[in-house]
Amino acid sequence: MAKLTLSMDGLLLKEIPLTKERTTIGRKPHNDIQIDNLAISGEHAVIVTILNDAFLEDLDSTNGTNVNGQPVKKHFLQNGDVIELGKYRLKYLSETHQQASQADFEKTMIIRPGMMPKTEGSADTKAMMAETQAGMVVPPPQSPDGPTAGGHALNPEPPAAPLRGALQILAGANAGKEMELTKTLSTLGKPGVQVAVITRRPHGYFITHVEGATFPAINGKVLDAQAHPLNDHDIIELAGVKMEFFLKD
Amino acid sequence: MDLSQALETVSRSDPGMVRAHNEDAVYTNPALGIAILADGMGGYNAGEVASGMVTTLLGSELEKAFGRPESRVIDKDGRQPTGGLLAAEIARANTAVYQAAQSQPQYAGMGTTLVMAVFYDNAISVAHIGDSRLYRLRGEEFRQITRDHSLLQEQIDSGMLTVEQARNSQNKNLVTRAVGVDPSVEPEIHEYATLPGDIYLLCSDGLNDMVEDEEIGMTVQMLAANLELAATQLVQMANDNGGRDNVSVILVRVKHQYPAPHGLGGWVARLLAWFK
Repeated sequence: MAKLTLSMDGLLLKEIPLTKERTTIGRKPHNDIQIDNLAISGEHAVIVTILNDAFLEDLDSTNGTNVNGQPVKKHFLQNGDVIELGKYRLKYLSETHQQASQADFEKTMIIRPGMMPKTEGSADTKAMMAETQAGMVVPPPQSPDGPTAGGHALNPEPPAAPLRGALQILAGANAGKEMELTKTLSTLGKPGVQVAVITRRPHGYFITHVEGATFPAINGKVLDAQAHPLNDHDIIELAGVKMEFFLKD
Repeated sequence: MDLSQALETVSRSDPGMVRAHNEDAVYTNPALGIAILADGMGGYNAGEVASGMVTTLLGSELEKAFGRPESRVIDKDGRQPTGGLLAAEIARANTAVYQAAQSQPQYAGMGTTLVMAVFYDNAISVAHIGDSRLYRLRGEEFRQITRDHSLLQEQIDSGMLTVEQARNSQNKNLVTRAVGVDPSVEPEIHEYATLPGDIYLLCSDGLNDMVEDEEIGMTVQMLAANLELAATQLVQMANDNGGRDNVSVILVRVKHQYPAPHGLGGWVARLLAWFK
C-alpha cells in the first residue's frame, strides 16, 4: 500500500498509509491528515487513490501546494515526490515492499466495477519496476530489505554506458563519409536489390541480411541468414559498397 | 478461396525473459485469411488453458464455416457476412472457457484477451476483447487500430489521465473485458478496407508494454521486405528491454487485392448451397 511520510525541518513526524479513496489534508480536525498550523488552510488538499495510482489536488488553499518545488493544482504522484504545505513535507511512497514475486508484475488481470483485482501477492508492485519506461532496461531492484525476490536471474544488467557505433564508407564517391548508428535499427543497401539491417542491442551491434539474392560479407566472409555480431573495425561489404564498422567512445 | 497468394503471414510467440510459462496463444490460417491472438490470464498458469482453448475453438470453427461456400459470399446488400459469424463464434468460445473455469477448481478465474483479424474481399474484419492490439502500417503511417478495453484507456478517454501519465501508471494491464470470465462477453467488431502494401500487426501487451509504438512501427516499416525478420526483431526488442511478459506477434502483409465473388457468381453459389 502506498504511504506518506510527514516531516518538518527534516524531522520525521508520522507515517500515514493511504488506505482510503480520498485522503484529505488540512487544518480542520475532520481531515484525514490534520496539520495544525495557520499556514495550512482548513481544507487544503486531497489525495485521490485509484488502485495503485494517486493524484494530489489542491483545494484552492490560501498558500497553495507545491510538489518538488513546483506549485501544482492537480498532480499525478510518483514515488519519491515531496508535497510541500507550508513548512511541512509529505513524501509520497508508492509500494516498495513487494510480497509478490517479480513474475506477477505485468500480469494482465480483469477489473470489474467496484472490485479490487485479485492477485497472488497483492495489487502492489515494486516501485522500481513501475518507474521504468518502456524502451529502457530495468535497473536491478533496490528494496529496503536488501536484494529480494526481485533478483531473478533473468533480469538483464543495465548497460555500463550506451553503445555508440558508426560506419565509415571506405571506397567510391562517398569515401570517408560517416554514419552514426544511434537508432535501434539502421538499414543499409538498396531496397529491392540488397538490404541488410544493423541492430543496436544492449550488448552490442549485429548485422542481419534482410532481402536480396546476395548476402553481406564481413571481413571477406559471406554471411548466412542469421544475425552476426559486429566487432570494432569489421569491414562490411554490401551492395557493392565497402564500409568499416567502428565503436565510438 | 485461397488467400495465401494475396497475403503473407508470419507469427511468433515467446515466453519473454521473466515468466516460466507462455500463456499467449497464436493461430493463423493464411489460406483462409485468419489470424487470432490471445493473452491468457488468471488462476495458476490456467491462462495457458484459456488462450489455447479460444484460439483452437475459434480457429477450427472458422475453418468449418469458411468451408461452406455461402458463408463467404457478399449478400445482396453488399455487407460482409463475417461480422455476425465472428460474434457468434466468440460467444461460443466464451461459453466454453467460462464453463471450464466453473467446473475445474484449477481453472477458476481463468480468462483471456482476444484480437483476431479475418481478411476477405479487400477488407479486414477485426474483433477484439481486452488489451491485445491490432496496428496497421500503411505507407509511412503506423497506427493502433483497436482501442484497449482497459482501466487506463478509460481514464485517458475520460480525460483523467494524459497518455504520458498513463505510461507512469501503476495500474497497467487491468482489462475491463476478457473472454471466459463472465457468462457473456461483448466483443468489439469493426471492418476496414485494406490496400495492397498494408501490413497488419496483432500483438499481446508483452510487446507494446516493452517497446514504444514508434519503435514498433519503425521496425515493421524497415523490415517489411522480410516479415520473418521483422517478427524476430520485435520479439527480440521486447526481450532486450526486459521481456517482463509473454510476447506474441502476428504480421500480415497484403501483397495484392483479393476481391470476393460478387453478384451472379455468388448468387449461383448460394443457390447450389440450397440443394446441399
